[in-house]
Amino acid sequence: MLLSIYDFSEFFQSIDNWLTSTFPEPIASLIGWVLIGVTAIGFVAFLGLSLVYVERKIAAWFQQRIGPNRVGFQGILQTVADITKLMLKEPLSPGNSDKFLFNLAPFIMMLAPFLVISMLPYAKGLQVMDMNVGVLFVTAVSSVGVLGILISGWSSNNKYSLIGAMRSGAQVVSYELSAGLSLMVIIVFSGSLQFGEIIESQATGWWIFRGHLPVWIAFVIFLIAGTAETNRGPFDLAEAESELTAGFHTEYSGIKFAFFFLAEYINLFIIVTLAVTLFLGGWMPLHIGHWEAFNNIADIIPSFIWFVGKVSAIIFLLMWFRWTFPRLRIDQLLTLEWKYLLPISLVNLVFAAFITLMEWHF
Amino acid sequence: MSQIRNYFKNIFTGLRSLLKGMTVTGYYFRNARKEIITQQYPDNKASLKMFDRFRGIVVMPHDENNLHACTGCTACEIACPNGSIEILAPREVDPETGRKKRVINQFVYHFSMCTLCNLCILACPTDAIKMDQTFEHSVYDRSLLTQILNKPGSKLDPNVKE
Repeated sequence: MLLSIYDFSEFFQSIDNWLTSTFPEPIASLIGWVLIGVTAIGFVAFLGLSLVYVERKIAAWFQQRIGPNRVGFQGILQTVADITKLMLKEPLSPGNSDKFLFNLAPFIMMLAPFLVISMLPYAKGLQVMDMNVGVLFVTAVSSVGVLGILISGWSSNNKYSLIGAMRSGAQVVSYELSAGLSLMVIIVFSGSLQFGEIIESQATGWWIFRGHLPVWIAFVIFLIAGTAETNRGPFDLAEAESELTAGFHTEYSGIKFAFFFLAEYINLFIIVTLAVTLFLGGWMPLHIGHWEAFNNIADIIPSFIWFVGKVSAIIFLLMWFRWTFPRLRIDQLLTLEWKYLLPISLVNLVFAAFITLMEWHF
Repeated sequence: MSQIRNYFKNIFTGLRSLLKGMTVTGYYFRNARKEIITQQYPDNKASLKMFDRFRGIVVMPHDENNLHACTGCTACEIACPNGSIEILAPREVDPETGRKKRVINQFVYHFSMCTLCNLCILACPTDAIKMDQTFEHSVYDRSLLTQILNKPGSKLDPNVKE
């Protein structure tokens, strides 16, 4: 069976057929799960390491520096060296801390991204599971991450950690609202919560082109709220190096710190993938209505290259935000959410529903 | 009504100022290759040029005849806020005029105490000392930081007016 770069479903179907024909039923499923799990772990590790490197390099260029350039060609192995160092360091837990919760928090931080990446579509036929309430599941599970932040801040027995965790809690809980409401706009347009169907609904054009004004507003709001949810960029009050040393992960060292560090970048990828899948068509090539010739030319480029291209563009945009904008104060942060983003996204949702009802979108 | 207008005005002025900031950093990003200010220090040792006002260490320049311009007036020693200059200059009788005159024997400079504040250079009436731009001064023994700035056998340049 050939591995087609245009459609992965046949390839995975053949693996599945081979497993079920070679092994008895429970063992075949078990092997399948193990394969998926190992792939997911490898993917997360690769993603975290490469995103950290890309972020450091891009940050350097925005600040007229050079960035990592010593380990490997152009410093490409820098993050591998960093993670090796972190794994060899002693995972210290401070005295009078709640040892159980302190050690549990990094795993909760990593749990949410692992649950979410299995739902996301990466290319045609390259998706672990296409649940019929995928968007709902992703938004629900990704908010488990804030539990990890709160637990780590609480159990560290450190004032900086506690303040950072409280800020982060207030922030994530607030911005979850407008992020969810802006995702609702696309759900209203496409009429489905399933990622596969949402992408199929964009076969005649991405929603950002077809849905005009309400989708543009929703896209901007989702980018802002998504940045806030990942504790990045201008919304990094939870860490706030200048005020709280490192916020909720002040007391963590070694591999447990690496978990927090990697989870931050996996969450960035998840938010960007959500934005790309819902607003920019996911792996769907650029199609314009019924221009058959143009659509066929766009189809020549494999779907995973479309996906990687769109994700890289939006990740670059978020990194541009992070290295340009100054950090918000906590009251400015909450004002932005409750007085601006939430009312606008509520009105926007009604507006989008009205447009869908009148069928004014393309 | 004006409140509602202000609300939307806030949003648009905010967005516009954010975009303005992004164009600035975007310019930096696009010109990142040309305008990098980081020095690749150990690699570019040969071509490294320090800034004019960089202060590395106090030195006493000597010309080709081993002449310096220090008259031993101790103005720098007095100006130094932390006593890092010591001038050992016994008074000697000048055989021509019969007047007593200071001739420096040793210009002792304690680099370990110097804060590179430039006050001695400003105080010197004959420009006998200046700041050098070298900066690799680490040594394994603290005593090496105490230097004698006038070279052995050097004399005062006769052209220097006291």
